Amino acid sequence: MAVIDATEGSGRRRARFLKPLSGVLRFAVVILTTYLGLLAVTFFIGRVVPVDPVLAVLGDRAPASAIARVRAEMGLDLPLWQQFLLYLKQVLSGNLGNSVLTSRPVLEDVMRVFPATLELATFGTIVGTAIGIPLGVLAAVKRGSITDQVVRLIGLAGYSIPIFWLALLGLVLFYAKLHWVAFPGRIDVTYEYTFTPITGMLLFDALIQREWDVAWDVFRHIVLPGCLLGYFSLAYISRMTRSFMLNELGQEYIVAARAKGLSEQRIIWFHALRNAAVPLVTVVALSYAGLLEGSVLTETVFSWPGLGLYITNSLQNADMNAVLGGTIVIGSVFIALNLFSDFLYRTLDPRTRVK
Amino acid sequence: MTMQLRKTIARLSASACLIALAAGMPALADTPKDTLVEAFAIDDIISLDPAEAFELSTAEITSNSYSLLVRLDPEDTSKVVPDLAESWTVSDDGMTYTFKLKPGVKFASGNPLTAEDVAFSIERVVKLDKSPGFLFTQLGLSGENVAEKARAVDPETFEMTVDKPYAPSFVLNVLSATPGAVVDKELVLSKAKAVTPSAEYAYDTDFGNEFLKTGYAGSGPFVTRVWKANEAVVLERNDNYTGEKPKLARVIYRHMKESSAQRLALESGDIDVARNLDPNDLNAIENNPNLTLDSAPKGTIYYISFNQKNPNLAKPEVDEAMKYLIDYDAIGSTLLKGVGVIHQTFLPTGQLGAIEDTPYKLDVAKAKELLAKAGLPDGFSVTMDVRSTQPVSGVAESIQQTAAQAGVKIEIIPGDGKQTLTKYRARNHDIYIGQWGSDYWDPNSNAQTFAYNADNSDDSPLKTSAWRNAWDLPELSKQTDAALLESDTEKRAAIYEDIQRKVLADSPFAFIWQQVEVAGVSNKVEGYKLGPTFDSNYLTNVSKN
Repeated sequence: MAVIDATEGSGRRRARFLKPLSGVLRFAVVILTTYLGLLAVTFFIGRVVPVDPVLAVLGDRAPASAIARVRAEMGLDLPLWQQFLLYLKQVLSGNLGNSVLTSRPVLEDVMRVFPATLELATFGTIVGTAIGIPLGVLAAVKRGSITDQVVRLIGLAGYSIPIFWLALLGLVLFYAKLHWVAFPGRIDVTYEYTFTPITGMLLFDALIQREWDVAWDVFRHIVLPGCLLGYFSLAYISRMTRSFMLNELGQEYIVAARAKGLSEQRIIWFHALRNAAVPLVTVVALSYAGLLEGSVLTETVFSWPGLGLYITNSLQNADMNAVLGGTIVIGSVFIALNLFSDFLYRTLDPRTRVK
Repeated sequence: MTMQLRKTIARLSASACLIALAAGMPALADTPKDTLVEAFAIDDIISLDPAEAFELSTAEITSNSYSLLVRLDPEDTSKVVPDLAESWTVSDDGMTYTFKLKPGVKFASGNPLTAEDVAFSIERVVKLDKSPGFLFTQLGLSGENVAEKARAVDPETFEMTVDKPYAPSFVLNVLSATPGAVVDKELVLSKAKAVTPSAEYAYDTDFGNEFLKTGYAGSGPFVTRVWKANEAVVLERNDNYTGEKPKLARVIYRHMKESSAQRLALESGDIDVARNLDPNDLNAIENNPNLTLDSAPKGTIYYISFNQKNPNLAKPEVDEAMKYLIDYDAIGSTLLKGVGVIHQTFLPTGQLGAIEDTPYKLDVAKAKELLAKAGLPDGFSVTMDVRSTQPVSGVAESIQQTAAQAGVKIEIIPGDGKQTLTKYRARNHDIYIGQWGSDYWDPNSNAQTFAYNADNSDDSPLKTSAWRNAWDLPELSKQTDAALLESDTEKRAAIYEDIQRKVLADSPFAFIWQQVEVAGVSNKVEGYKLGPTFDSNYLTNVSKN
């Protein structure tokens, strides 16, 4: 896509060659400070939470001597800044420490819970985008009509109904009454101990191993929580699509296209939507990132062993290594998605390529 | 345009219908016949090592997968019955216990179980000194002396010497707690990791702690196959088990927290047993012909306590008035329906010496009178730290309402469990609503926390519940000590009865209810029976048809 204009002078070409380099540098600085800030804020918030971390290690019944011993072992008797520096040193050497609650390395834990969230969030985003964008377009095209009102209502409901309640309702209807979907967890017990996952994203794993019955079972487990998250992001995506589309449809090039006699469908889907797609990428990426943080409520109801549940549980138990580890992952997800949407921007919008 | 759009919509809805139809294909069969699937909130597990695990769910897992010297008698929990120990004797000075082991017992690994393994298991609890370490250190065992105090005389004889002539019922009860589970010395040592001794930890080995956190080295009816934190625990039948073998091949504890979700899964046959049900869902299950409820009172006592550092709460009349401002009847018949029974003494039903007196009931007039006597005729304002779980927060709100009738304005400070507990342990609360589960099935566990406070200073080494409420009680503390050394079991029971009556009459504790554990069970399951304690929820006799 990125075709360089060969007619330009060599001077400008050099400048353009240098530009990405400084971009990389700037980018590295931005990322580093982002991580540092993220860690510092999480660390200090974690330490002022009024929960004694020793409690999570030893429980309520331990004698005073054991409590003092563990406090020293965990370095909690040091000044706060010293604790933070120690932690930074540890992280820089690639060690996120051990989780108190699961007694395993945080990195291992996160690698175990993140694929579950990734799979669910991806499913949700695909559903939300595939339905949300057409709905938004429809609402914009039929502005003020009944269709528009209905779409608005769907969006509003998705925004304002607590997802927790919707989840239980969905379970009662689709699981308990209609038996369309499976529950609880990610996979049936029949397969749980015979099927070996590769990436931890079970649907993907089952498909590439051609285990069709497993894939079907996993699909039946993911479809309800996935669609719920999808509905949640649909609400946001359709609203944003509508407003971007309205903006585009009022532009002069649309009038020009109509004057040229292009079909209305072509104008909407190929001209207007294509232009609206640029800001939409950011919207979709943000909503995806939001889902990747892990939806605690959805994960709780569906017994979905994902990142949201892991971090919340860790936070409540002052298991700070786990919380910080999870935060680093979420931070990385946001940065990666930002990069990705930047890249998509460039692909979709020629104006952002050469400047 | 509209035509085409309509076509698009038609196409979209057609494919939606197809997806819906595909999803409507018949559901898979129920859970496998040889597998019991239980929904259980297992996020309290931090370790499976018997020397470290001290949670309610691990008590059940350990007791089903390990053997102990003695166990509680499920028929009468004030007594113990043999498990690995065939018989035992107590020396005349009351300090040396000699256990004869059953011959021919093997671990799941195939290794023979000898007195060496018993001694090693106790040694690691003492030396690792994790949460349950105090069970044995309170008997005078320490890292320095455990090797000689708990030793194998010969492969079939184990001997333990304690530092005082304790009541034998007390020592045996301590040994029946799951931290006394016997681990496979050979297997554990082969997995042990070397550590560098430090000021905090004096030994050069971790005694297999890291391995046993998630691993298994026992000889019980079941083998712990896997524990995935916040996900599942899987037990499998131990084919080397010497006793009666379990009927089930596998038991899966699936982590589910939501009561309504558990109920839905139970009704749909995806789980066989639901363990964390709220009163609402219990009702529905009771009315379902395919399901039954099983329940058993457990050793957890719920209470509210009044910090004596608060000048108002320090007045005995105020504490007594508060006990009359709780609507026990209403709480018992609504909020606790099925999950708790009103219980006003500190020993749970079933423990040696427990009494069932319930002198208090809601009596606003009497409370007002007492408050007037305390110089607070118009009541006072006070805060209460409440963990945001049911039925605790519901009970707290009920107390808030009834207390207001006598002018006591309670401000509820909600928090999660660890938060309120941290505050409580630092004595920074006014009123605390809490729970206490006996550490081991002996009256001393509860007496020592509710009727014992040897040092009321801020840096006391023993921070009992009495200490946490700054309650100084020298006389009762002495009596609690005396009960521990009373070798005559009946006399010992009588002392606890007396202590309970005194605490009931005059203490900063209002005990409200005893937990009832309840499980929703599918009718396909046979022989499922919750035990009287968390470590006697046995699975051996469970089967499915």
